Amino acid sequence: MIWDLHCHFTGLEGRTPDERMANLIEYADRMGVDKVTIFMGIRHSLDPTPEVFRRENDEVMQALSHWHDRAFGFAYVNPNYPDESVAEMDRMIADGPMVGIKLWVACRCSDPKLDAIVTHAAKLKAVIFQHTWYKTRGNLPGESTPEDLVVLAKRFPEIPFICGHSGGNWELGIRAIRRHPNIMLGTGGFDPTAGMMEMAVRELGADRIIYGSDAGGRSFASQLAKVQGADIDNAAKKMILGRNYQRLLQPILNDKVQK
Amino acid sequence: MIDVNVSLFRWPTRRLPDDDTKLLVRRLRANGITQAWAGSFEGLLHNDLTGVNDRLAAECIEQGEEILVPFGTINPMLPDWEGDLLRCTDHHRMPGIRLHPDFHRYSLDSEAIQRVFALASEKQLIVQLALRMEDVRTSSSVFSLAEVDTAPLAKTVEKFPQLQLVVLNWSRDLRGPAFGDLAQLKNVCFDIATLESAGGVGKLIQEVPYQQVLLGSHAPFFYHVAAMLKLRESELGEFITTAIAGGNAARLLAGN
Repeated sequence: MIWDLHCHFTGLEGRTPDERMANLIEYADRMGVDKVTIFMGIRHSLDPTPEVFRRENDEVMQALSHWHDRAFGFAYVNPNYPDESVAEMDRMIADGPMVGIKLWVACRCSDPKLDAIVTHAAKLKAVIFQHTWYKTRGNLPGESTPEDLVVLAKRFPEIPFICGHSGGNWELGIRAIRRHPNIMLGTGGFDPTAGMMEMAVRELGADRIIYGSDAGGRSFASQLAKVQGADIDNAAKKMILGRNYQRLLQPILNDKVQK
Repeated sequence: MIDVNVSLFRWPTRRLPDDDTKLLVRRLRANGITQAWAGSFEGLLHNDLTGVNDRLAAECIEQGEEILVPFGTINPMLPDWEGDLLRCTDHHRMPGIRLHPDFHRYSLDSEAIQRVFALASEKQLIVQLALRMEDVRTSSSVFSLAEVDTAPLAKTVEKFPQLQLVVLNWSRDLRGPAFGDLAQLKNVCFDIATLESAGGVGKLIQEVPYQQVLLGSHAPFFYHVAAMLKLRESELGEFITTAIAGGNAARLLAGN
């Protein structure tokens, strides 16, 4: 069972979200990926206004409409607009099919502006995915590092967070989060550098690691290789490729079934 | 299958799971590789490239189980780099060399690279041009590597019609017209190690003839299986898959 935490419309052929989603599923099928998670629109906006993030989320909703059996959606929100973000989470998650939120580079996640969003996500049992990078030449002004995520996660020790991209420079990212058990590691969206998964399992344990690809900009192949090519046992691979994500989603999926 | 992009010895800033040659060879064999063109991580930072290439050649013979083919590193910014190149050909009988313009700091229209291309053409050597070894966003700040400007590469290569050029780890640096112009040249091939996007290989062969696409993994820096899985991700068909996985490289090697 392979569930992919992290996919976009970018890098895919197609004029519309529907066409791009169909192409994404075709590649997923070829690589044995059972479910994908999609967030953000065809064109990404660094600091979207509410109008823009609503439009991007509508594109995801459209794409999900034909693929409920194969795809999850996360709502893209912006901490610079906390009230509108909370309202969007109600529209997309409480009243819609989405199961998580995506936080990108509009605002560093250590900022207290995130608190209302995080609190509401926890109320909805939504998964919280935070993009993180350590870039050698410097991050974007609003781009979070894993250490920013640690600051946030310490304010909400009972709420799980996902450290997207493993911080890019994963040797630093893994170190930053290892003593904070409510932070899980997202493995997608950086090169398939060997040794990454071995270090992650050693420092975090396999139960804190979730496979994601960042397809279509990234290749499913290169990102699956981090798990399938790693010198870790098969039980760990199964957890990373799907079971951990399934466990994280279970509370919100149970709620949606009951509705 | 032929993997045209592997390296031996230690990466400068990190231990890699397969940086022991025996382990790398075991991995390659397990993934169906019957021949691998091997450069040396030592070649990135060492000045004594004669010693680097001697060790590479010896390691391929002693630990390579007849699948490793050495490609010596040449740094045209070093005094008497020509001596290194001649030692690669005349002493070690290497079929090719590998260049690292980012680590060794020269441009792709420099006199230095043109002298290498000229001598390599004369000696009928395959030239592997590794445009980068690592995502600059994650590379050590100690290196402060410049991104290689690929804009002049096609015009430089056009001057050497006998050159056999294999571009490695290129996909982030070689885009737009720089890539399009180079892909027009039949004496240039591209590996797939850093190729990204879903179905990347299938998209690539819409832009460049499949005869110019080669399986390259950038192992052991990358997980070797990444390149193998890329061949599955696109609907290539058996004929084209076979060509990319080895046939094209075998033809290139036979031409030398």
